Amino acid sequence: MMRTRSPRKVDDIPIAPSLYSLSNKMGNSLLAVRDINHIYIVVEGSVIQMTKSQKKILKLSVAFAIIFAVTPNVNAMHIMEGYLTPVFCIAWFVVCIPFLVKGFFTMKKMLAENKKSITMLAMAGAYIFVISALKIPSVTGSCSHMTGTGLGAILFGPSVVSILGIIVLIFQAILLAHGGLTTLGANTFSMAIAGPFLSYGIYLLCKKCKVNKRVSVFFAAAFGDLFTYCITSIQLAVAFPSTNGGVGASALEFLGVFAPTQLSLAVVEGILTVLIVMALENYAQPELKLIGFEEAK
Amino acid sequence: MKKDARLAIVLLIVVFAIIVIPLFALKGAEFGGSDDAGSEKVEALTGEYEPWFTPVFETALGGELPGEVESLLFCVQTGIGVGIIAFFMGRFVERKKNEKGSTSC
Repeated sequence: MMRTRSPRKVDDIPIAPSLYSLSNKMGNSLLAVRDINHIYIVVEGSVIQMTKSQKKILKLSVAFAIIFAVTPNVNAMHIMEGYLTPVFCIAWFVVCIPFLVKGFFTMKKMLAENKKSITMLAMAGAYIFVISALKIPSVTGSCSHMTGTGLGAILFGPSVVSILGIIVLIFQAILLAHGGLTTLGANTFSMAIAGPFLSYGIYLLCKKCKVNKRVSVFFAAAFGDLFTYCITSIQLAVAFPSTNGGVGASALEFLGVFAPTQLSLAVVEGILTVLIVMALENYAQPELKLIGFEEAK
Repeated sequence: MKKDARLAIVLLIVVFAIIVIPLFALKGAEFGGSDDAGSEKVEALTGEYEPWFTPVFETALGGELPGEVESLLFCVQTGIGVGIIAFFMGRFVERKKNEKGSTSC
């Protein structure tokens, strides 16, 4: 052992002697990190004994919590706080529940099978928040932002994205006055459920029709983005039927506000999603295979 | 690979064009948020509407978030997001390089 030869007094150092070997040092610092995580878990207070996959989920959600806690309220997409009557708030939330439950279990199963898939999950999540932070000027002379949910939907299936999405929305609503707690259900449905499901559907359809993979990724992401706004319009229309045309006329009005703005952004989102998929295909083959996103060759 | 790189560059130029052209094509346009437009639409359709719930954070601050702070948070969010993506992409790229060359790390 090193300490027998070392002139240093071992007693002065309040750590195990085994620390003198480099590999053990690394092991110990990892332990320290783990301890910190434990503190986090205790602070959360809800679960004390957690399985490994649950810990991963918690870590991921904490990361998201921190990140989305700083999302500004400049985004323009979600239904504004206080703009839906309580009946609608609750109704939309109830609609979301089955999707969220499914998403939670899918995610849990995925991470239990192989915890390495957390890398891709983090990438998909990071992509959502970069994309949804970028406010982009559109042809109509107003700004809007994209959803970024297409990538996650294509990689993991739509239900997992609903979990990623609702985490984003909750923190935006609480800290950023963007979207809202009362409109959380409706916004979750449009951004984290309807959009991703359409993306996934289009992607599967394209795959079945043997469309070029990049083209199908483009269509999936672009239409998913557009569809999110269509759903938002319909949600607003149902809540605010036009006085002289009913829900239909109202829906057209809202679509008139959102759709043209979103059209060019949907194209941008499609292209960006294609680019990141290309990058992942080039460099992250093992991970893509791991999560079942196979090469179409 | 070469072909991919060219495609990527072309696509990036297209994205850039889509974003920048409206700025020049529509000089003098406001480029405000489309949810403000949404709020206006609600008022146009149903008359005056008073939201029955105000955002928690705005209530705590007693007003709206200052614009400059907002843009700070905006940058922070983007930065963290790009950071995560770049971190993992960097690892992937290095890994691929290592696989190609010697197996030692």
